[in-house]
Amino acid sequence: MKTESLFYIFLNASLINNFVLAAFLGICPFIGVSKKLETASRMGMAVTFVMLVSSVCAYGVHLALVAINAPYLQLISYIVIIASAVQLVEMFIKKFSPALFQALGIFLPLITTNCAILGLALFQTAKQYDFVQSLVYALGAGVGFALAIILMAGLREELELSEMSDVVKGTAIVLMIAGILSISFMGFAGLGG
Amino acid sequence: MTTQEETATPLPPRSEPPSDMDTFIKGLWRDNPVFVQVLGMCPVLAVTNTVINSVVMGLATTFVLLMSSIFVSLFRKVIPKQVRIASFILIIATFVTMADYVIQAVSLEVHQSLGAFISLIVVNCLILGRAEAFSSKNTVGKSMLDAVGMGVGFTFSLLCLGVVREVLGNGTFAGISVFGPSFEPWVVMILPGGAFFVLGAWLLLFNWMRERKKQQEEVFA
Repeated sequence: MKTESLFYIFLNASLINNFVLAAFLGICPFIGVSKKLETASRMGMAVTFVMLVSSVCAYGVHLALVAINAPYLQLISYIVIIASAVQLVEMFIKKFSPALFQALGIFLPLITTNCAILGLALFQTAKQYDFVQSLVYALGAGVGFALAIILMAGLREELELSEMSDVVKGTAIVLMIAGILSISFMGFAGLGG
Repeated sequence: MTTQEETATPLPPRSEPPSDMDTFIKGLWRDNPVFVQVLGMCPVLAVTNTVINSVVMGLATTFVLLMSSIFVSLFRKVIPKQVRIASFILIIATFVTMADYVIQAVSLEVHQSLGAFISLIVVNCLILGRAEAFSSKNTVGKSMLDAVGMGVGFTFSLLCLGVVREVLGNGTFAGISVFGPSFEPWVVMILPGGAFFVLGAWLLLFNWMRERKKQQEEVFA
């Protein structure tokens, strides 16, 4: 595990095992917030940012939990630090970029319940990544999420213009498209061996 | 005159005191968490590649849902409004940790195939959604009914996907061969893409049924 190169970790998290399309993490925002290209790309940015912050925090907390020998507290402490990280990011953005804060709106607090974030923290612990590896992994996962949601939003904007029957409209067709996207992402499986 | 009657009759489920039966039933069909509310999609797509996994996931989620709604409902007058979400998540995380350790003790194999998704029940929006929308406002008894109804509805939808995916993708039902050895499995069903397709197809089916019912009602009206 320790020998994986940083580039491979990045590639693995962003394309080969894309968080949304291969590991099914963060499906709720993927479907809920992918109506417009603009909001989707902002959501992607916000998630990437929170992922980086919470990855660092999770790494620290994991060390502390190992030190006091209390692995059963892992889940509870992770969710608490993610919630506080989101809160922190929210305050930070509000202070330094009110325009971005306005644009992200309700999505910011919702990131707390985005399973991709908690999944990331759990996976990096399970894979025993060191600090730099965790950071690269978080960046890869964030980029992968942003890529998937932006692709989806682009497709859905096209979809708005096309004609189809009422029955198909809504979540059903979005899921079908996601399926096709997911299969095309499997083409990356050969990358990196 | 008839319009008034029509608006009056479908109201009872939504008006002040819904019957206990209705609280229970609505999670199964009318407000089905997966097919109607589209909540908690991650586990629905991720772990439904076999029937066994679907059942275990459904039961674990139901357990967490039930226990957390009991506790949220018990403490609803004590928890200050400002920190309610954080408190709900703490309660939920406690029970998820319990479920995680129990499943690990009962069957290591299932625990490994479900992977991180047991821990991820914490961030299943269905559970937090019920805590916020129902248990924090209703009595313990009603919350329990609601939780069981939602849990059974969730398990039912997981099974809908799990059965289709395992039977078509593997030719087996809960490990038992269905079509015999000559069956060529549809590998795509087991792959991530298949999960999206099957769920999309179920949603299409339910949309179509709802649309048809609406049209029939219009014809009769």
